[in-house]
Amino acid sequence: MNRRRHTIPTLALKELRDGIRNRWIAATIILLGTLALVLSFLGSAPSGELKVAALEVSVVSLTSLSMYLIPLIALMLAFDALVGEFENGTMLLLLTYPVRRWQIIAGKFVGHSTIMLLAILIGYGTTMAVLIFTNDGDTSGWQAYLAMMASSLLLGCAFLTVGYLISSLVRERSVATGLAVATWLLLVVFYDLGLLSALMLDEGKYISEGLFTTLMLANPADAYRLFNFTGITEVANLVGASEIKVGLAAPLLSMLLWIVVPFLLAVIRFQKREV
Amino acid sequence: MNSTPTIELKAVSKRYDKLTVVDGIDLQINKGESFVLVGHNGAGKTTIMKLMLGLTQASSGQVLVMGENPANKSFSARRGMLGYLPESVSFYHHMTGLELLNYYASLKGVAKTEVSSCLEQVNLSASAGKRVNTYSKGMRQRLGLAQAILGKPELLFLDEPTTGLDPSLRRDFYQIISDLRAAGATVVISSHSLSEIETQADRIALIRSGKLVACGSLDALSEQAGLPVHTRLAVATGHTGRVAAQLEPHFEIQKITDHSVDLVCPVNKKISLLRQVADLGEVVLDINMNAPRLNEIYLHFMNGEKA
Repeated sequence: MNRRRHTIPTLALKELRDGIRNRWIAATIILLGTLALVLSFLGSAPSGELKVAALEVSVVSLTSLSMYLIPLIALMLAFDALVGEFENGTMLLLLTYPVRRWQIIAGKFVGHSTIMLLAILIGYGTTMAVLIFTNDGDTSGWQAYLAMMASSLLLGCAFLTVGYLISSLVRERSVATGLAVATWLLLVVFYDLGLLSALMLDEGKYISEGLFTTLMLANPADAYRLFNFTGITEVANLVGASEIKVGLAAPLLSMLLWIVVPFLLAVIRFQKREV
Repeated sequence: MNSTPTIELKAVSKRYDKLTVVDGIDLQINKGESFVLVGHNGAGKTTIMKLMLGLTQASSGQVLVMGENPANKSFSARRGMLGYLPESVSFYHHMTGLELLNYYASLKGVAKTEVSSCLEQVNLSASAGKRVNTYSKGMRQRLGLAQAILGKPELLFLDEPTTGLDPSLRRDFYQIISDLRAAGATVVISSHSLSEIETQADRIALIRSGKLVACGSLDALSEQAGLPVHTRLAVATGHTGRVAAQLEPHFEIQKITDHSVDLVCPVNKKISLLRQVADLGEVVLDINMNAPRLNEIYLHFMNGEKA
């Protein structure tokens, strides 16, 4: 029997169609697009005086926005990817098909990351086009802007796989919801607060600059911020972070690890799960 | 049949913590066979099926499906030859019947042209464009069968397949399964509906509390159970006494009327009874032999061993 199967594309396409059907894609595009436009125009006021490229200013405001919003969107897409199918009973049937378990997660990942890609591309891309148009065709800073878009996708992918890991760990969707919210709060909100508090209490005794940077890099949301704020000189000057020398590679590596490691852990955990 | 069995369970047990759900089961299911698992709710039928499907690992013993442990990752490729209809089948409710079947066909590597013929077979073509959440229980069950028979599987697992189907749909359902069997498919069914399943089964396995109580063809099971064949002889008026007297030394006579004699015949003495009836000549007008039904066999094994 020589049947051609396109397992991962089939699984990914289903997620993508689901995203279109339940208006996830539309909602995310509108959300990202609207907020990006509003922030960019609010933030563009000083750019006129400082003679800084509008796109670079936007990178600063959009990085701050994406740092909170992208992880939240990704976790919402991913948290019930596995546990939801177990709870609905659809996983039982799916696992009797010629589909490997890692392919199920990979298929969902491809589908969900395409949704993120579309949202970022259309939402932030429109803003970019509008900014160039309203600034008399000034395209300076486009590299920084595109790097911000690409890194936003990486950040989204990292939180997607974190979402799958959560989904593979629990037996109830409600628990997964709670864990997803807790993870978001921990990594995106409390981590920075904790780091700042530690820095203040420490008064420079134990936490060296190197350790501080490492701790920042250990968190995907901070790695994303470092990538956008310090990696590109113009933006770094803008946010006053020019003395921080992290480069692009380390934050990039951190985000990639945050994609790969949770993905692998989710696969290992899912392999062990019985129906 | 000397070939390797399609499914083989060797001393298979499944335990969840301290609860033993399947307890040392030995089974062989041959190619092309229709094999029925019968037992109370919670007897372990579904778990046995899940073990055969590789959805769950045996705690001890060995499960082999087409010569391989179905729980192995490498078994995945062979799953294209399987069809499964779970006890309560769940679908992605927001998808239409057609979208769902296309999705499953694509996962199985089955051509989309086959989807419409499957929908036709289960009589769902007219509703194929409707969302599954608008389907009735019976329609969902038929859609479940449609996905199970996609790609003409060599091995079909049906867990309580006819629950929620009306009698005419049940007949259609078994017709589809008969067609697949005629094409050489092996079918494993678990069921509560003893009366409808007995005509479908080559062999029946009776499961109680995770243990295999008995296994065999209906005849073999009734013989093992020692359940008699209830027989009624229609006899010419005035001859019942003589007929009864002739048969009494060999068979237990239950009732004599003017024109009939009721007796019980052990399963292994049916031929002997027929010979003796033939010897009686034309006074015996008719014979009606009621072999034990699966229902009685089931009650015998299930209740008998409890006591």
